[in-house]
Amino acid sequence: MTKDSNLSTIIVWVQNNPGVLFKLSGLIRRRRFNIESLTVSHTEKPGISRFTILVRGNKKTVEKMSKQLYRIVEVVKIRESYDKEIVARELCLIKVDTSKKEDRSDIMETAKHFRVKVVQIKPKYTIFELTGNEDKIDAFYENMKKYRIMEFVRTGRTAVFK
Amino acid sequence: MKHTGAEILCKSLILEGVDVIFGYPGGAIMPVYDALLKYPKLRHILVRHEQGAAHAAEGYARVTGKPGVCLVTSGPGATNLITGLADAMMDCVPLVCISGQVSSELIGNDAFQEADVVGITSMATKHNYLIDNPSEIAKAVKEAFHLANTGKPGPVMIDFTKDAQFAKTEYIKNLEVDLPGYKPVTKGNFFQIKKAAEEINKSKRPLILAGHGVLISKASSELLSLSQKADIPVACTLHGLSSIPNAHKNYVGMLGMHGNLAPNVMTNKADVLIGLGLRFDDRVTGKLDKYARQAKIIHVDIDPAEIGKNVDVEIPIVGDVKSVLEDLMPLINYANHKDWLEEFDKYKKEEEEKVIKVETKPRTGKIKMAEIVSCISSSAKSDAIIVADVGQNQMITARYSTFLRPNSFLTSGGLGTMGFGLPAGIGAKVGRPEREVWIIAGDGGFQMTIQEMMTIVQENLNVKIAVLNNNFLGMVRQWQDLFFEKKYSQVHMQTPDFIKISEGFGIKAEKVKERKDLINAIGRARKHKGAYLLEFEVEMEANVFPIMPTGAAVDEMRLE
Ligand SMILES: Cc1ncc(C[n+]2csc(CCOP(=O)(O)OP(=O)(O)O)c2C)c(N)n1
Repeated sequence: MTKDSNLSTIIVWVQNNPGVLFKLSGLIRRRRFNIESLTVSHTEKPGISRFTILVRGNKKTVEKMSKQLYRIVEVVKIRESYDKEIVARELCLIKVDTSKKEDRSDIMETAKHFRVKVVQIKPKYTIFELTGNEDKIDAFYENMKKYRIMEFVRTGRTAVFK
Repeated sequence: MKHTGAEILCKSLILEGVDVIFGYPGGAIMPVYDALLKYPKLRHILVRHEQGAAHAAEGYARVTGKPGVCLVTSGPGATNLITGLADAMMDCVPLVCISGQVSSELIGNDAFQEADVVGITSMATKHNYLIDNPSEIAKAVKEAFHLANTGKPGPVMIDFTKDAQFAKTEYIKNLEVDLPGYKPVTKGNFFQIKKAAEEINKSKRPLILAGHGVLISKASSELLSLSQKADIPVACTLHGLSSIPNAHKNYVGMLGMHGNLAPNVMTNKADVLIGLGLRFDDRVTGKLDKYARQAKIIHVDIDPAEIGKNVDVEIPIVGDVKSVLEDLMPLINYANHKDWLEEFDKYKKEEEEKVIKVETKPRTGKIKMAEIVSCISSSAKSDAIIVADVGQNQMITARYSTFLRPNSFLTSGGLGTMGFGLPAGIGAKVGRPEREVWIIAGDGGFQMTIQEMMTIVQENLNVKIAVLNNNFLGMVRQWQDLFFEKKYSQVHMQTPDFIKISEGFGIKAEKVKERKDLINAIGRARKHKGAYLLEFEVEMEANVFPIMPTGAAVDEMRLE
């Protein structure tokens, strides 16, 4: 999905014990795996949480990482997934300075082009919400950079299997 | 009937077959110490520092195959344990450690002697628990023992709040282990095993690399059968030592930085390497891109994460070494590799001439470490448990000790923890009281945990201690000599009067300065009924050879 061929998605199901996020992130830090994003949430199974980790590295790195993650006792299952196997999304919120009249219509035009949702319009700023893959969010962000971005957050990748 | 959490802990430990605990009391663990009085089956050994408890438990675990148990208080008690946990983690030693924790309502408030034990130990344990409810302790203990001693063994920490130790609940005995994410594979994939057998049967120049996994899985006799049936030379890693008797004709020596010349050099000549329960760590492989490029590597390990971590492997087999060898044996053909085995002799002779003879049979000068070690080893007829500390003394002990039976050599290999030797020797003697135990340490490492001398006295343990005193942090001095133009920086070490110190503790001691007194002094130590310390004044600036300098390949060892 993302054009960056060096990114892979690892999905990890864990027993939801206190401290498991700490152990997972600790292991990633210690083994110096390069991660782009990490999201956690509950799943359809009680007591089981799901991590979606977007990691930079080739197949070998990803394999090493998932073998290391299996050492964590709470880790129940790991799937390394290729982009064609999953539907992946990310959400971003961006707050842009729209106090200058001359910018406003351009900004709105761009937003429309990206099919971005307008969450709030105030005299000084506008908040947009965009859901999509990383490339789409990157592209929107790049386009907005020429205006004054007051705040920008993104959730990181989350995904389900096809 | 209801029991306190502390009582349930004791009952659960007994149920797991625990007979010894190494520990040190304090405020947050007092309910457990109080309960201990009611359970005399649990022998408690009072150490002098919690690090000593961890290393003693490691020594106990490694000679018995049972998890070692530690009991400490919160805060500093738990943090003092960390070095031992990290050591056990690296060397795959099963431990179950229990620390007291402040009462649950105080957690997170920086209470007196509070430490975030689960946080701090997360990276140094296989698994850990915070238990704040007495109804959870029995299950935690059951799981902890299962985790510690299955798969790749390691330390498990249970942090137990004081209120949960006091609180009462029913004791439920027959609990199921419920760890859906933990299912170590012990049986190797048969297809892979068949492929391995084909490679071994085709091989003209096979070499077995025996690691700690051989000892952990109790596969010494299977190792021997494989080596004999297919006539394959066996080299051991530091932790694989004693998995095969030194005297066996197929044993070709120790691998690694200060290992023997022949097995290291021949690693780069073999056509098939059969790695059994080892990590291929940097001390063994030397420069990775020059390591065994010509060989097909078969790697058997219980931990999938070890396979392919450092070297590329042709035939990975995830499984318990013993089980895999049992499945492999029927597929192996009888073979004769006489010519191949003879090729090792050339390097063996070279090392014998240039190093071993010089080290073990000098006629003049100060005593050398190697003479002491070989004298101890031969006096004990290769049948003692030898515990080495860290440094030159360790490498020399590994090189010049000989072994008849498995689990006879203990040292801190992965972490290289100075101060390991003395407490680990205590644990080994507690675990195997019928065996002769020798602790061999340098003057530096001995001073790191010297307080455990008193534990030896209080427990009346018959261990023999050899302090090899060169008045230097020898191994660091050696590196400064070889790789830092002999500029010595903070390696000269003044030492106390070890004889007086030892006698102060109540352990009989003597100093040995001359070669001619070696045998008799060692004989007196062995004969003495009780602990005995020998301090040897050894050559001050001797270097351990051969050496594979950092960045060198296995076939680029230096003999001088
Ligand atoms: C706890 C710890 N601190 C530092 C080191 C680094 N180190 C490795 S060997 C060594 C010297 C050991 O000296 P000594 O105990 O006298 O033994 P020798 O090498 O002289 O036999 C040192 C300082 C270590 N391995 N462990």
